[in-house]
Amino acid sequence: MVEFVQGAYILAALLFILALAGLSKHETARRGNQFGMAGMGLALVATLLLVLDYLGTDYIDQGPVVVGLVIILVAGTVGAVIGLRLAKRVEMTGMPELIAMMHSFVGLAAVLVGYNTWIEVADFAGEADGIHNAEVFIGVFIGAVTFTGSIVANLKLSAKMKSAPMTLPGRHLLNLAILVLSAILLVWFMNADGWSGIAPLGIMTVLALVLGFHLVAAIGGGDMPVVVSMLNSYSGWAAAAAGFMLGNDLLIIVGALVGSSGAILSYIMCKAMNRSFVSVIAGGFGSDGGPAEDRDYGEHREIQADDVAALLADASSVVITPGYGMAVAQAQYPVAEMTRKLRAKGVDVRFGIHPVAGRLPGHMNVLLAEAKVPYDIVLEMDEINDDLPDVDVVLVIGANDTVNPAALEEPNSPIAGMPVIEVWKAKDVIVFKRSMATGYAGVQNPLFFKENTQMLFGDAKDKVNEIVAALG
Amino acid sequence: MRIGIPRESRPGETLVAATAKTAAQLAALGYDVVVEAGAGAAADQPDAAYEEAGVHVGSSADVWASDVVVKVNAPTDDEIGLLRRGATVVALLAPARSPELVERLGAAGVTALAMDAVPRISRAQSMDVLSSMANVAGYRAVIEAAHEFGRLFTGQVTAAGKVPPARVFVVGAGVAGLAAIGAAGSLGAIVRAFDVRPEVAEQVESMGAQFVTVDMEQEVSTDGYAKEMTAEQEAATAAMYDEEARAADIVITTALIPGRPAPLLVTAETVAAMQPGSVVVDMAAANGGNVAATVTDQRVVTDNGVTVLGYTDLAGRLAAQTSQLYGTNIVNLLKLLTPEKDGQLTLDMDDVILRGISVSRDGEVMWPPPPVQVSAAPTGEETTVMPIEKAPPKEVDPRRRLYAAGLAAVLFLALATAAPASFLPSLTVFVLAVVIGFYVIGNVHHALHTPLMSVTNAISGIIVVGAILQAPVDNLAVQLLAGVAILLASINVFGGFMVTRRMLNMFQKG
Repeated sequence: MVEFVQGAYILAALLFILALAGLSKHETARRGNQFGMAGMGLALVATLLLVLDYLGTDYIDQGPVVVGLVIILVAGTVGAVIGLRLAKRVEMTGMPELIAMMHSFVGLAAVLVGYNTWIEVADFAGEADGIHNAEVFIGVFIGAVTFTGSIVANLKLSAKMKSAPMTLPGRHLLNLAILVLSAILLVWFMNADGWSGIAPLGIMTVLALVLGFHLVAAIGGGDMPVVVSMLNSYSGWAAAAAGFMLGNDLLIIVGALVGSSGAILSYIMCKAMNRSFVSVIAGGFGSDGGPAEDRDYGEHREIQADDVAALLADASSVVITPGYGMAVAQAQYPVAEMTRKLRAKGVDVRFGIHPVAGRLPGHMNVLLAEAKVPYDIVLEMDEINDDLPDVDVVLVIGANDTVNPAALEEPNSPIAGMPVIEVWKAKDVIVFKRSMATGYAGVQNPLFFKENTQMLFGDAKDKVNEIVAALG
Repeated sequence: MRIGIPRESRPGETLVAATAKTAAQLAALGYDVVVEAGAGAAADQPDAAYEEAGVHVGSSADVWASDVVVKVNAPTDDEIGLLRRGATVVALLAPARSPELVERLGAAGVTALAMDAVPRISRAQSMDVLSSMANVAGYRAVIEAAHEFGRLFTGQVTAAGKVPPARVFVVGAGVAGLAAIGAAGSLGAIVRAFDVRPEVAEQVESMGAQFVTVDMEQEVSTDGYAKEMTAEQEAATAAMYDEEARAADIVITTALIPGRPAPLLVTAETVAAMQPGSVVVDMAAANGGNVAATVTDQRVVTDNGVTVLGYTDLAGRLAAQTSQLYGTNIVNLLKLLTPEKDGQLTLDMDDVILRGISVSRDGEVMWPPPPVQVSAAPTGEETTVMPIEKAPPKEVDPRRRLYAAGLAAVLFLALATAAPASFLPSLTVFVLAVVIGFYVIGNVHHALHTPLMSVTNAISGIIVVGAILQAPVDNLAVQLLAGVAILLASINVFGGFMVTRRMLNMFQKG
């Protein structure tokens, strides 16, 4: 039986690799997801078979096995129902919060599995096994950090907590102190026999929970795409650590896959913001490099929805650059409607997506896909930037820092060096905005004062609806 | 307050200071707007259109008794007499060229604002009537030229032979020149253009024309207008004008110097040397003309068959369009002057724009205003945008990197040796899986970042396997904790895959 299960695990691991590989292209993405489901199904069935196999054996006490099976079935069913309902009900604009919350579940599960492993060993053997204890310790540590970190990310994304970075004095020292203390506790725990390990393990858990909270609390809302993918990576490492302590290769493989893929995704995000990985993880983006000096940028010009509609109808090429504001205003449907109308009139409409637009990597793509915007007109920043000088009208809908020319023109700006969508090179730029407030980075945007820029103030959804109505 | 829009008294004038649309916008600022009957007739704005827009149509007397009178042309002596003391008049006053008008306006005790004196700063662009009118005029100049020109503008190869494209030479790349370049280019002509300000070469090229250069040092303009050149510069450019004009089918000149007569750029000899059938449009005719043969407001055909157009009403020939643009400029000015949108004029003399256009204020002559430094002409340093240097990667001594890698390897080997044998196969699996993860994700399409993340999230729910294996253990505490872990992880597994599926189903190709 064990051999059969091992074989099933290997197949499942292969299916997971195929799933991740499939997810890197539109054409194969759906198949990738199916591979993932198949892999998970296989792994679950094989594990259940293994547990069922205990039933017929004499050397295992049958009572707990039966209780265990009931627990597995009840907990699994309840979890599945909750998960499916969450997945069905979630708004695409609420995707970042949901994903952050799910990461916290994996984190907490890893903590629980870690504790369980330790209890089993302490209860049964009582002898300290250094390496095994270290595995438990590290698994619980990563799980705890993931748990509170993801909860903070969820709270920030759902605006239940201020998204501004929390900057305690000496925050880097604080993090470092927790790490050093945890390392000392690790040594203690490795040599602790039986139940005596509860002290170092418990203290470390509290420290790790604090560390997770503090790490993410110190990161500003604008950096959330990186944070979410980083937590994704952590949840993978937590699973891998659980694999080590349980001696389960499937968990190790899958955890390592998720961990390293999440890490590289975070790295891609950081590169897109021209920010060092370490500085984002260490937190406090937007607090260093004082705000750009107060200066007169001139005056902005206003435009009305009717005039925008006229401008769009006469244009031959239009680019739309959405940002988080579009998600907040739920404007993706009217935007898609406007796109359809313009395309019907023969206007070439494309979307330019900044890699960190929104609060989740690829957030804008998901929203536009939800509103049925064909994905082949949704382009990446690098694909659209060269074409912008030939574009008649750019609509900036709820984006700010990602279209800020200060990133290229003002070396002292806090966002200097961040690649941006160079919308100002187009003939006309219309900026949809609720007011003249600054974006997440708290930087004034000279784009609004450029001669070819006009501002359309108001709720993005209402304004786009007005344009759609005016297009007739 | 009441705004009056009179009928223009100048003979042949087609423009009106407010169309039905802009009059309604003025009314929206809180003003009571009265339009003189028949004021917009020549600009396709019948009285009925104004009434439909909710604006009163009244008599001449009603209009001139208003608090603010908005016109196109400067008021005549008679009209100044009709103004109330303390009233405000807005029009094209050309204060620099008409000192006696300035005197009279002052003496009449009115506030006079010259729309044609708007400073050339970014903020005032929306009120810049000269640009509005020059834009229309530049377009019309090309249309007039095309009308006179006996051939096609666009080059073609037809069954009846080859048609060469027309060659158009535009002098002066201000708004009018650029509009002319654009219009001529759209008709298919080959366009060459010259301007004494070398900094506009980029704009000329952006409109699709070739910029003609003269090998001379030139000054960068500081007030947005071209300056008159020194004698030696003039000699070199004169030769260029001659050469370019002779080679061209159409010459359009737009060179103006503010407050001075227009410079003579195309001499009689040059015109005499042009091909018969060529057309010259002199857009500077109102200020004396850039071409020797120009007669203001006349169409002249020279002895060698060159048509020279000296029309000064080019913008007025597109009355509906120009009136609309002029009217919008007026609305933008009044928006500035009516910050509260309450129909009350607020004249803040500290505002550069208002100071710049003020000719008189309640009888006190305000002209000329202090000079304004224009943002339209950036200084040399600013134009060259510094390429942002990416922070250079920190130079790491390759030897140090080697030592670090060596140290890590030694530490790792020490750890591996100390670890129990059962640990190593797991470690092997772990390291290989990490590498696979990096490679599998390396080329992910940016649009799929979110689905990828939610699928990896579902997959990381694999920890459920660990929890399931702990469930049958003979320890109730462990079993309960495992139950909670199973619950949490299965939310992830099922929720994650389902959300991914939902998302992926939404992605569709157009």
